[in-house]
Amino acid sequence: MGVNHATEQASGADYYNVLGNNIMTTSLDKVVNWARSRSLWPMTFGLACCAIEMMATGAARFDLDRMGVLFRASPRQADVIIIAGTVTHKMLPVIETVYEQMPEPKYVIAMGACASSGGVFDTYSVLQGIDQVLPVDVYVPGCPPRPEGLLYGLIKLQEKIMRERNSFGAAIGAGKVIPG
Amino acid sequence: MSQAAVAKLKGAFAASVLDVKEHRGEVTVTVKKEDIVAICRYLKEEAGYNFLCDLCGVDYLGQSPRFMVVYNLYNITTKERLRVKVPVEEQDACVDTVSGVWSTANWPERECWDLMGISFAGHPDLRRILMPADWEGHPLRKDYPLQGPGREPYQGRLS
Repeated sequence: MGVNHATEQASGADYYNVLGNNIMTTSLDKVVNWARSRSLWPMTFGLACCAIEMMATGAARFDLDRMGVLFRASPRQADVIIIAGTVTHKMLPVIETVYEQMPEPKYVIAMGACASSGGVFDTYSVLQGIDQVLPVDVYVPGCPPRPEGLLYGLIKLQEKIMRERNSFGAAIGAGKVIPG
Repeated sequence: MSQAAVAKLKGAFAASVLDVKEHRGEVTVTVKKEDIVAICRYLKEEAGYNFLCDLCGVDYLGQSPRFMVVYNLYNITTKERLRVKVPVEEQDACVDTVSGVWSTANWPERECWDLMGISFAGHPDLRRILMPADWEGHPLRKDYPLQGPGREPYQGRLS
């Protein structure tokens, strides 16, 4: 995070006296990225067996809460949607509506083979990968992925958010976020 | 047993019963589709088959008649089962609805229409039930491409 503790040697005695010893300096982008990546709130949205693993990831053994990942019951409060399962063409309008209801910035995790590519369901009724419709940030392989896999995917997303640039500028209306 | 009901049915609808088969204790009656509502009402009211377990369509592609509509009946009182089949031509893929006899037939007939393309005359609400409302085609027909009409069919593994 590039935290610099103000030390007596680096900034001199006068500086130390003015600001005290509880100061750290960073960039606004990094503060915003840190806040966003450490409070990733996923939409509670499961489609198939992957949702069972997603629930297991959120439960006591793997405990997503310790990473600031709290499942929200409303898209209005969610930052990330985990596409956990097979996406049928009939379900697609629902997913699109939920995604559009989420406020910016928003992220998408394609969990499992079905969400990533259609998986074994190479049929007329199943969408062959959610990336045909939504911009996917992280793909988690597996059928279904184990909770460790989803956990790793969320950590990867946090790392990706930390690499974003101009996130503060975009928040105050100056330019756009440069993705990480 | 079910054969007794079939004998009664043969007596009442001698011209409409095309075939009777028994296989491992399961009795199947094939009847003409023109009389299906009358036969179903007779089986319900006179023979006691008061529950329609399932109604489904079968596609015998390449044969004539192409389709078969299958009614699986159950007598709750005597715990007897009976299967009634109706041959349906492809050109005139339409059967009279039995939702007036068993109102539970409403949704299975919609499913049969949705996936097989067999319509049911007189049905109160013949809409698609499983596929999206704007879907074209009937996917469980044998000549429907598995990957959907818009895609290249699967050619086997390339690598």
